[in-house]
Formats: sequence, C-alpha cells, structure tokens
Amino acid sequence: MRGASRAAAAAASLLLLTSCGSESGKNVSGITVGHVASMTGDTATFGRSADQGIRMAVEEINAGGGVLGQQLQVVTEDDRSVTEEARTAAQKLIQRDEVKALLGEVASSRSLAAAPEAQRAHVPMISPGSTNPKVTEVGDYIFRACFIDPFQGAVMARFAKDELHAKRLAILFDFKQDYSVGLADFFRDTVKKNGGEIVADERYTSGDIEFRAQLTTIRAANPDAIFVPGYYTELGLIAKQARELGITVPLLGGDGWDSEKTLEIGGDAVNGYFFSTHYAADSDNPRVQEFVKGFTAKYGATPDAMAALGYDTAGILADSLKRAGSTDAQKLRDAIAQTKNYEGVTGKITIDPKRNARKDAVVLKIDGGKFHYYRTVSAD
Amino acid sequence: MDNLLQQLLNGITWGSIYALIALGYTMVYGVLRLINFAHGEVYMMGAMAGYYAAHALGFAGAPSLFGLVVVLAVSMVACGILGAAIERIAYRPLRSAGRLAPLITAIGVSLLLQNTGQLVFGADPKFFPALLESREVLRVGNVAVSNIQLTVLATAVLLMAALEFIVQRTRFGRAMRAVSYDAPAAALMGVPVDRVIAGTFVLGSMLAAAAGILVGLSNPKIEPLMGLMPGLKAFVAAVLGGIGSVPGAMAGGLLLGVIETFVTGYLSSTYRDAIAFVILVVILLYRPTGLFGAPQTEKV
Repeated sequence: MRGASRAAAAAASLLLLTSCGSESGKNVSGITVGHVASMTGDTATFGRSADQGIRMAVEEINAGGGVLGQQLQVVTEDDRSVTEEARTAAQKLIQRDEVKALLGEVASSRSLAAAPEAQRAHVPMISPGSTNPKVTEVGDYIFRACFIDPFQGAVMARFAKDELHAKRLAILFDFKQDYSVGLADFFRDTVKKNGGEIVADERYTSGDIEFRAQLTTIRAANPDAIFVPGYYTELGLIAKQARELGITVPLLGGDGWDSEKTLEIGGDAVNGYFFSTHYAADSDNPRVQEFVKGFTAKYGATPDAMAALGYDTAGILADSLKRAGSTDAQKLRDAIAQTKNYEGVTGKITIDPKRNARKDAVVLKIDGGKFHYYRTVSAD
Repeated sequence: MDNLLQQLLNGITWGSIYALIALGYTMVYGVLRLINFAHGEVYMMGAMAGYYAAHALGFAGAPSLFGLVVVLAVSMVACGILGAAIERIAYRPLRSAGRLAPLITAIGVSLLLQNTGQLVFGADPKFFPALLESREVLRVGNVAVSNIQLTVLATAVLLMAALEFIVQRTRFGRAMRAVSYDAPAAALMGVPVDRVIAGTFVLGSMLAAAAGILVGLSNPKIEPLMGLMPGLKAFVAAVLGGIGSVPGAMAGGLLLGVIETFVTGYLSSTYRDAIAFVILVVILLYRPTGLFGAPQTEKV
C-alpha cells in the first residue's frame, strides 16, 4: 500500500516535470508536430476526423519506437472553422510550440490562410484534404496528401467513357464554388479530348432548391450520364427532382458527395450513382482493412475520408523524418518532396514537383443506402 | 414541344408558391398600405413548424395524404397565431405613426425572426420529411407529372379559391374590402378595423405557412434564412400583379415562376435572380399599378 502510493507520487511528479517541459516546448525529448484543425464550428467533422486519424497514426509510430529515436508529439490548435483563426493558430504553433512541421487544414480557404505563416517561418506544412490547386502554390514548404480538383474531373470523365460507355454527357455544376467549377472544367476538357460530346452544360447556385428547369433541359438533350460536381446538400435535391422528371441515367460526382448526408437527403433517389473520392472503407486492400478495424476499435466509428487522409498525412511526415535523418527544416522539406510510392490507406502516394500528392482515386457506387467500393482509377 | 410543356408545368408549380406568399403581401398592403417585409420569415416559420410537427406526430417516416393534411393544418394554425402576434406587438402600436416607422419595424421583425430561427433551429439546413412518396401519375408524351407537383398545384388552387370566397362572399371579406377602400369611413360605419386588420394578417400568414409546407414537399431543404429570397421574389410578384389586388398577386406569382423557369431552362440560371428585379424596376417605371391594379387618382 505504502509502496504503491510512493510509486504513484513519483509518477505524478514525473508527469508534472514533463508537463512543465511541454509548456516551454523546448526541453522535451520529442518532436513536436502542430495540427491546425477545425475542431469546432461549421465543419467540425472535418477537423475532428483528421485529428483522430493523425493521433492514431502517431500512436502507432510511437509504439513502434518513434522516429529518429524520439517520440512524436501532436499539438492541436482549434481554428473554430474560421478562416482568420487558421492563420492565428498556425502562428501560435510555430512561435509558442516551435513545431517542426505543421499538419492541416482540411478546408482550402483555411489552408490558404495558414500556409503563408508556415512558408515565412520555413516550417514544412502538409494539408490532409485541401484540394484547391492554389494551396501548394503558396510556396515550396507547402504540401498536400490528397489529389487536386482537376484530377477528379478528369477521373470521372474517363470513368464515364470506359466504364459506362457514355458518349453524350451533361454537366450541372455550382458556378459559385471554385471546387465545382474546377471539376466541371476538367471534366468538359477530358470528355472532348476523348471524343465524347457535352450535350448540355447547365449551372446552379449554392443554396438553390429548385432544379427542375435545368433538369428538363438536360433531359431534352438525352445524355448517357450527368456530371454533378457539387456538394451533398444540393445533390440530394437534384437527385430527387431528376427521378421525378423520369431521368434514369446515372449521375456522377466528386468527393463533395462523400458524406452520410448524401444518403439521408437523397434516399432511394441516389441509388445507382457514382462518385470519386479519396478512399473506400470497404476496400479489400489489407492495409485499409487493418486501418478501418483499428480506427473502429479506438473511436467506435467507421473512418471517413478525412480520417484516412489525416492518418496518411502523419504517416508521410514520419516517413520523411526518417529519410531526412534530422528535424532540420530544409532537410525535412526535401525529404517530403522526395516522397515516392508511400503505401498509405488512401493509396500509393508520390509527391509531384508541384508538391501535390499523385495517387489513385477510388470510385464509389451508391446502392441500397450505402457506399460501395466500385473501382480504382489510376493517376496515369 | 414536350420540353416547353414540361417547363411550363415546372414554372407554374414553382410560381404557385410565389403566388401564395405574394397574397399575404398584397392583402396586408390592401388594408394597411404597409409592405410587411417580415412575411418571408413567416413562410420560413411555416416550413419549420411543419418539420417539427411531422416529426412530433410521427408522420416523418410514414408518407400519407392524411399526414400531409394534418401537418399543413398545424403549420397554418401556428403561423396564423404568429401573424396575429406580429401585428399586435410590432405594427398596431405604430398605427398612427405614419408609413415609414412600420416599414422599418417590418425589416426589424424580419431580422429578429431570421436570427431567432438560427438560434432555435440551428443554422444548418434541415431536410423536410417526405410526406408523400414521389411517383409519376401522368405522362403525356415526354411530359412527366408527379404526384408531388400535382399536390402542390391542387393545394395552391384550393387555397386561392377559398381566399377568393372569403374576400368576396363573407362578412369578414366585405369588411376587409371596406377597410382597404377607406379605413376611417369603414370605422365610422361600425366596422371593427383593428380586428379586420388582425384577421388579414392571420389569413396572409396561413397562406405563407402553406407555401412553406409545399416547398418542404417538393424541394425538401429548409433553413432559417430560406425566407429571404422567396420573400423578395413574392414581393416582386405582388407588385407585378398590382399590389393590393388579390387576383393580381396570384397572376404575378405564377407569371414570375414561369419567367424564372424559362430563363433558367432556355438561357442560364445565372440570370434567374436578376430577372425578377429587372421586372420590378420596369414595372415601377412604366406601370407602377401593375397588371391588375386600378390606376389611383389623387383625392383632392
């Protein structure tokens, strides 16, 4: 009894010591990594999922002996889903915690706010899920672990041709979202390049609820498939109204559909539709299966795309640290840039000269109120 | 041709929602000479009331016509009470304060309801439960008519017919018309002006609530700011038809719905919102009394 309490006291004082250490951030025997994340606010699920994925990866890495003989430590700074706060959060992590690398943000607008801080301080930054091309154009210290918007547009155009044998294609996109416009542009170009035809090119505005006019025009053009690269909210309504007008050809989309809400709003109307995204939870890849099993056991929920991307982001960082052999910013940056064929749960990742992740996309099919892995579309 | 007919049907269905909201604007303007800018928010409240009623009464997972009628009734009653409360609390104390003060107050009430909505219901969009299973009831050539479009149209026509009956054939309707024609004279003749005005708000708000439910049925996404744009569009519809004129509001709403659908279908949805306000400017410049409004002569 006595011995036990003494041991507890010793442990407590040890804890006190380490916590004092992390306050100053300098004297810790570990490598501090910052995570700028939307833990609260409008897109809280993005930040929380990514954070869970990152922390799970870091725990596994530390359990395996850490990197460079040291343990990784993650400090998460909440930006409350506010663009300006992302910049402040990045500053705090760089100056107060003196992080060796910065992970985050998921949303492109917030990554664009945080990236200049990382670039100025020469702290390598990896965004898990920002797909807007501008993010990595901020500077040579900014990377991403996901593919970019133009790639997805091209992927779905190829999918429509190869898999659905669709020659006549229609587009219905949200002209107020850069994301949607980007996907539509590259879809259009790829279809034309591959000898297909765009028979209808219609647009809507975020927040719209009535799409019957556009859908009637699209129906009259008699397409083989319709590309709707928007977010899940509008998609659900579009799907219902399309069915009502007797449109039976499949709708195709991008990762903006990757949400449980697509199923909730769309109901039966979205069955038989396809969309491209970063990973499939029901893939038969053993690495994915292991990740899904571990994540479910730890957090009690199936990991979504952001959790998988967070997991891979931390993995790429650890891998780069090992190859760099040091935490020196310049060496670490170069090592991240040289990442090649990293085996992630979201695919085999290679960082290209523009610091974007080059990797495959998966296409999911919606059926019976669930997303199902359909096929992988390669980056080449 | 099929395409044209389908667009016409889409436009009329969409326009009947505008028409129901526009009726509230025009009736209140008729009796008070007030543009009730909070009217779009009453429409939002109608949809919200319907959403919560459907969930509370267990109609959310079980589509049935009976459920729709009950939800519609609950929401209309709730909004009728809301309309009466708005009139009593915000407008009646300002009855003698000229025309500008109530107009500003109306904008205030509108903002109050929007922000209360965000606080109480949350800013995230909600998805209106499917009260009817969507299916095709009629197909002529390539023109598909769904039971949802048919229900929206039938409900709108029924409600407008009921309103026309109330305005033209009942004592209350006669009193309303009297107040609209000359309020002081009506008061001298023993017409209870305050009660008639309150009744007008109740009627208008009930129609807005019905519009909210019909939108929930055919375009099932609702949120606290959903009243803003339809409110403005319905105001344009009321001006187009001739503000103060009941048949004018119906025609204006339908016309605006059809115009918007044709612009979206044959030109581009980029111009859709602009067109309503171009119409407003043109009407105010060249025919301020609208299509159905009688030209007013200044009394000397």
